[in-house]
Amino acid sequence: MNKNNDVESIVVRLAGDSGDGIQLMGSQFAVSTALAGIDFATFPDYPAEIRAPVGTTFGVSAYQINLGSGPITTPGDTPDVLVAFNPAALKVSLPLLRRGAVVVINNNSFTDRNLTKAGYDADPRDDGSLSDYQVVSGDIGRLNLEAVKEFGLSKSEGGRCKNFWALGVLLWMFDRDLESVETWAKRRLAGKPTMRDANIAALRAGHAFGETAELSASLPQISIAPAKAEPGEYRSITGAEALALGLAAAGELADKPVMFCSYPITPATPLLHHLARLGEVGVGTFQAEDEIAAICAAIGASYGGVIGVTSSSGPGIALKTEAMGLAVNAELPLVIVNWQRGGPSTGLPTKTEQSDLYQAVYGRNADTPIPVLAASTSGDCFEMAIEAVRIALRHMTPVILLADGYLSNAAEPWRIPNVSTLQPIVHQPVPDSAESPQRRAFARDAASLGRPWITPGMPDLMHRIGGIEKDVTTGHISYDADNHQVMTDLRMAKVDSVANFIPEQEMTFGSDSGDLVIVGWGSTYGPIYQAARTTDASYIHLRHLSPLPKNLGALLSRFDKVLVPEMNTGQLSTLLRDKLNARPVSFPKVTGQPFLISELVEKIEAMTKGPTS
Amino acid sequence: MSEKLTAKDFTTSQEVRWCPGCGDYAILKSVTKALADAGASRENTAFISGIGCASRFPYYVETYGFHTIHGRAPAVATGLKLANPELDVWVVTGDGDSLSIGGNHLMHALRRNIGIKILLFNNEIYGLTKGQYSPTSRVGTTSPSSPGGSFDTPISPGQFALGSGAKFYARGVDTDKAGMSDVLQQAHAFEGTSLIEIFQNCIVYNEDVFASFTDRKNAANTQLHLKHGEPILFGENKGKGIQLNRDTLELEVIDASESPDDVLVHDEANKTIARLLIDLHTPVALGVIYRQPSVSYEYTFYAHHPSRMKRTKSIGDFIKGPSSWSVE
Repeated sequence: MNKNNDVESIVVRLAGDSGDGIQLMGSQFAVSTALAGIDFATFPDYPAEIRAPVGTTFGVSAYQINLGSGPITTPGDTPDVLVAFNPAALKVSLPLLRRGAVVVINNNSFTDRNLTKAGYDADPRDDGSLSDYQVVSGDIGRLNLEAVKEFGLSKSEGGRCKNFWALGVLLWMFDRDLESVETWAKRRLAGKPTMRDANIAALRAGHAFGETAELSASLPQISIAPAKAEPGEYRSITGAEALALGLAAAGELADKPVMFCSYPITPATPLLHHLARLGEVGVGTFQAEDEIAAICAAIGASYGGVIGVTSSSGPGIALKTEAMGLAVNAELPLVIVNWQRGGPSTGLPTKTEQSDLYQAVYGRNADTPIPVLAASTSGDCFEMAIEAVRIALRHMTPVILLADGYLSNAAEPWRIPNVSTLQPIVHQPVPDSAESPQRRAFARDAASLGRPWITPGMPDLMHRIGGIEKDVTTGHISYDADNHQVMTDLRMAKVDSVANFIPEQEMTFGSDSGDLVIVGWGSTYGPIYQAARTTDASYIHLRHLSPLPKNLGALLSRFDKVLVPEMNTGQLSTLLRDKLNARPVSFPKVTGQPFLISELVEKIEAMTKGPTS
Repeated sequence: MSEKLTAKDFTTSQEVRWCPGCGDYAILKSVTKALADAGASRENTAFISGIGCASRFPYYVETYGFHTIHGRAPAVATGLKLANPELDVWVVTGDGDSLSIGGNHLMHALRRNIGIKILLFNNEIYGLTKGQYSPTSRVGTTSPSSPGGSFDTPISPGQFALGSGAKFYARGVDTDKAGMSDVLQQAHAFEGTSLIEIFQNCIVYNEDVFASFTDRKNAANTQLHLKHGEPILFGENKGKGIQLNRDTLELEVIDASESPDDVLVHDEANKTIARLLIDLHTPVALGVIYRQPSVSYEYTFYAHHPSRMKRTKSIGDFIKGPSSWSVE
């Protein structure tokens, strides 16, 4: 019998062809993990092609999950368990594994043809290349087909159930029941009763198989204690889901509908899909003809008095740039979400990067300042969506919210907030004065420089706005030289004023002075947090990037060294040098993959071991 | 009941900054009069424009107005109309704005049939940038950017519109008050996207480019004023008519008094005849060339929307997702 392994945390990687249902298998395993009260973080890692050629290494789709008693903030550096559906999946994943990892292999896919496609000269099961691992090989394909035989499916249809079969084995390994997966399958496949029953049969067969394994080696059974989490109600959430809920919540807090206008682009589209299901909360979605139309329709919606939001990824954001300038000049609220991906140009659409910081902060023609925020975790996308809308309405300005491809898809447990306890979102009221409507439309609040949100349909307030420079008080077109200086300064001052409304920067981890502080932003939160914990280094994670929190300069000056790890060539480092005259050490990484905790720890240790100043 | 507004009530105090003699002045007059005649409300009317001479229009109309960016007015107008479908939304654009840089947005507004009225001021030239040839300029147009004459094949706004799935396409001449008044009223009443191509004379860079048919002296013989359900007649005393040659599938001018039964009766829902009318050069077809009543995009958007954008549930009803668990 297998002996039970009590572990603090464990990293599991599932890999197969992009048509093997790996993402579905992974996300169902994540839900089961969540319901068991175990902390986790996931990393769906899939190719850009929807169905890449079968059996090839570039067609491998993978799903990595790190689960444990917590706190878990990254999908894990080195997998402890690999489930490989074919030789290509094994070949791609093997270099990532911890030595001694459990490798579960589907024997039936190790044909000569598949080995050749994966680029193997010899069968890795026989040539000693797996000698560092605990290999558990089984006839997953054959056993699955036997389990679904009674349903009369074709060989290819039956074969498609093997992710459920393997999921059954995985759930057995982690001592889980099958209920959540079966409930999901019954709902999702309600219209296809044969496939529903076949998948459930495969799942049960895989689970039963764990007990009576006819395998080359024993399958370990792993038990993990539930995480110690703050009391409350939890769910599993991806960044795209959280951002959608956050935008809808912001609409409720502002008592305004939300109009989301976008054009499909990887990895931004999941947000459109989630929002399209939130109509009852007053959310409308408009799929525009292109990126420019998307932002322009969102601007039109904001002009009409609803909260206009658009979203894209780097290349699409570039196309929206001119329209952002219009929203700045017309002083209209707008939220622009950028799910960053590897670039330039088409780059690496499905891989993550945070290389659009320059674009967000500096990337427009003329002096066109826009507040920039960044979400740090999947759950944080909820809060930052609300924060973006709050700033947009208070200051009557477009706001850029940076997220990335990793956050869009990565799932984590999330404590469900009580929205009714959050601060309402407000905008400037229409001034009660005898001035002309044109002047009243630009009567700005002294603290926020936000103007009243006067929208078509309001009686006796007809006025004209546009992209041409306007007089600071009358709101009429003005080509006056001094006025342009005043207006340029005003636009800068407006964005600077955001710093007066946001919280002061707090230490994310560690003491607030010392030798070294790590400064991070965006989705690198997870690995940096763990690296800081491991090394006991101080850590500041930024969510407001422009303007920066007012006390940040003073905070950084209490440390001798500032280390900035980021998934670009050093863009936050530049920003800190530019805005705060800081002298950070940049630690860039642009492989399309998130940081490993180990590489951060190594860097921190190298910096702290050196001669102290 | 409020007092009926006049054209003057729709005029702003802003000094109009078009060149003296520009066709835009006449169009502005026709539009403010049409708004008054239609009983439009100032607060529920919005003019959205792009960039170009025509796009200064919103500053001169006493309604809500938004002067946006080059080519994108239909997209901004679409967002506005979706946000508030009660509004009367007009787009003012030119041939460069709508058919070059903004061609994509015009196409998609037309196919969706979003409830906006698009006034396309076509003067076959780029005016604001000082006279380069435009996408509607005829081959051989000499301009600063085509000193040897342009050689791009011009686009036909009407064919573009019908090809894009437009449900309403009409034409008017800038200085033809009666004709403009008619098409503006009909465009205003249409549910969906109504596109009016207005032949507009740019007196500085392309003067008299339409003179062959806009010259009043010979207008009876060069203009065809279409009326739905009526025979297509023109000329002195309406002596000439249009017939369809069923062998060549082309329109021909015939003597209406000799063979009155051969004269085509205008059926504005007939897309095939509309296409032929668009291509007719002498005479030039004016008025509503094509109209196919249909439901508007915003109507369908709201009909399909589970709450009609009104929030019938709280975010609290959705935030828990498909499954949640409690930690004590």
